Amino acid sequence: MPKQVRHDTKRKIEMATDVKTHPLIVSVSPHVRDEESIAKIMWTVNFALLPAFIMSVYYFGPRAVYVTGLCILTAVLSEHLFQKGLNRKITSTDGSAFLTGLLLGMNLPPAVPFYIPIAGSLVAVVITKMLFGGLGYNIFNPALVGRAFLLISWPKLMTIWSTPTAQFLAMDARTTATPLGILKEEGAVKLMEVFGDKASLYSQLLMGNRAGSLGETSAIALLIGAAILIYKRYITWHIPFSFLGTVAVAAWIFGGRGGLFTGDPVIHLLSGGLMLGAFFMATDYVTCPTIKKGQIIFGIGCGAITMLIRLKGGFPEGVMFAILLMNCFAPLIDRGVSPKMFGAVKKKEEKK
Amino acid sequence: MSKVATFERGIHPKYNKELSSGKSITPAKLPQRVVIPLSQHIGAPAKCEVKIGDEVKKGQVIGTPAGFVSSPVHSSISGKVIAIADFPTAVGRLVPSVVIESDGKDEAVAFKENPNYMNLGADEIKAAIKDAGIVGMGGAAFPTNVKLSPPKEKPIDTVILNGAECEPYLTADHRLMAERPKDVVEGLKIIMKSLGVNKGYIGIEENKPDAIAAIKSAASGESSIEVHTLEIKYPQGAEKMLIKAIKNREVPSKGLPMDVGVVVQNIGTAIAIYEAVRYGKPLIERVVTVTGRGIKEPRNMMVRVGTLLSDVIEQCGGLVEGAVKVISGGPMMGFAQWTLDVPVTKGTSGILVLSEEEYVSSEEYFACIRCGRCVDVCPMGLNPSMLSILIEKGHYEEAKDYNLYDCFECGSCAYVCPAKRPMVQFMRLAKSQVKP
Repeated sequence: MPKQVRHDTKRKIEMATDVKTHPLIVSVSPHVRDEESIAKIMWTVNFALLPAFIMSVYYFGPRAVYVTGLCILTAVLSEHLFQKGLNRKITSTDGSAFLTGLLLGMNLPPAVPFYIPIAGSLVAVVITKMLFGGLGYNIFNPALVGRAFLLISWPKLMTIWSTPTAQFLAMDARTTATPLGILKEEGAVKLMEVFGDKASLYSQLLMGNRAGSLGETSAIALLIGAAILIYKRYITWHIPFSFLGTVAVAAWIFGGRGGLFTGDPVIHLLSGGLMLGAFFMATDYVTCPTIKKGQIIFGIGCGAITMLIRLKGGFPEGVMFAILLMNCFAPLIDRGVSPKMFGAVKKKEEKK
Repeated sequence: MSKVATFERGIHPKYNKELSSGKSITPAKLPQRVVIPLSQHIGAPAKCEVKIGDEVKKGQVIGTPAGFVSSPVHSSISGKVIAIADFPTAVGRLVPSVVIESDGKDEAVAFKENPNYMNLGADEIKAAIKDAGIVGMGGAAFPTNVKLSPPKEKPIDTVILNGAECEPYLTADHRLMAERPKDVVEGLKIIMKSLGVNKGYIGIEENKPDAIAAIKSAASGESSIEVHTLEIKYPQGAEKMLIKAIKNREVPSKGLPMDVGVVVQNIGTAIAIYEAVRYGKPLIERVVTVTGRGIKEPRNMMVRVGTLLSDVIEQCGGLVEGAVKVISGGPMMGFAQWTLDVPVTKGTSGILVLSEEEYVSSEEYFACIRCGRCVDVCPMGLNPSMLSILIEKGHYEEAKDYNLYDCFECGSCAYVCPAKRPMVQFMRLAKSQVKP
């Protein structure tokens, strides 16, 4: 930084006093700034995903490192090359491309072949983010668009779920159905049968000992990360809680086979990509509303669409499409709500 | 008793007041030369009443008000007028100024004393304040007598003295309250008298316990004066925020404090009012905090109006090696200087010199990531994020729909912005392009 300081103050001015020349920097106020920066935020979010990543390695073995690593590598490299190629400011070290790669990796099934992470990351970073103008200008959550692209292009590969047994030769891993898949096809009774009993089902879901995308399974690890972000005030309760709350209420009312108000909200809360989505993807600054009131609307919308897809849609899981659909509405929501303006209460006739 | 009042939102920057908060106010050396701008206030510049070669005394009028919203200007030393021309000022404009060379005698004109000042009528008080050239000394420099003459349809029931001093680094008001609490209280009483108001408040941020104690004891006999402790938060000292904190009244959008029956005055202004009404002394000197890690000996100094920043800085031991920025005022709303040959004026509350380690570069910024931090801190409840995005694209008219003109450029949004966006610059740009 000192070097920069010298550089931009070539203009030297003479001091009337001790015949010393002092270069002075002139800029607009404020002259002091908070230490927060985009890079600091992004790396902290990456760090908050570490517990979930560790759990994914624990349950799915080296495949987790391989798939996630490939995603991150492709994401960072493609952003770097894109910016270099177009002679733009290089921002590939700010942690944002890394985060996109990490999130995409955590959203992939463990047993995908190598070209899946690469294709997904390219779509996420190059098409969803860079072609829209880079960080800050993208409309959709890059990692989720990457995943949606993969799901539509390789529906078979994207729904092969390995059993979570820390397999070291992952290609040989046995495959099974995800809890939400079982729930959708055969119902809650069958699901409990598979896991033993209700208590065991809940605890396995909480710990993450179930089939699913790499980083989504361990609710507890994700909650630890979320607690870090909330403690650091990088995210607030508004989106995740309204999202989860809507899912819980909708699951309770409509989720049961025996009629209204017989559903099990806990299964829905702990299954699929809900925890990962609610705390880490729906809260993406760029693609969610800025105003708190709007964030609650956004969260409720995400929850409602998620449950609509889970209960009535063709897919067992709907978090991804729910967030992507609500991403479309974020700018509109931001224009529809406004913060409580100081002095707005007494808007009177007089205008001087 | 000591409830801590405040407003919604705001920020908590590092205050760095310890550099100078313990330093008593000391008089600066008599300057050899002063450059006195004829416009140190909001409103019409004063009309020059002297010629080159004229001998003037301390306190002599050298500029008379040219209109209702205007203020006279006095010589701050005795000596000879050696130039009348446009000179740069700390806010960046060239202003017609009178340059006076000292004769070293510091002879003053006779001031009209008023030992029984509390018997004066409202109009006499206002006349004395006007003749003394008193303007708001917190920075905006609005002529005080105008502020004390609200239109009849705006009844005033409350006077608030602003002892928040929420700008980081600055300690001028703090020292005045700690060292001259009686004068502050007398000044407040005079202001209340001039407005016919019987309720006065002094709001002080919690980080000045000695000032709070001093003011409380000075005001202990006054049943009409209440001292309020305020939360340490920026911009607590903004008029609207202060009124909200103390009276829980919200000045309406685009309105003034008088719309809610309140007049706010700065601490320094209150003392200047006391001196003007009691001793007939015009506003020719003020307390300036000279501080920052870029200055060798931070001090609080009583400085004659018109003294060049370079003179003041020299008396504080000069700049340290690696001082990079000199600011007139505080770090949140002050003006960066390109030359040190600009004068201290009635509105100069501080001279802040930032060292390399305190300096934050603002040359590189990024696209808004819409994190909403600015929305969470904006004391006016605006959406700075949206404003900055619109303004960046040149949609100035649309920015008005987002209440651009309610922004008073406190800089809280820019302070918290992780993309380091020049928010205040954006707001000023838009305001320069569209009418309110």
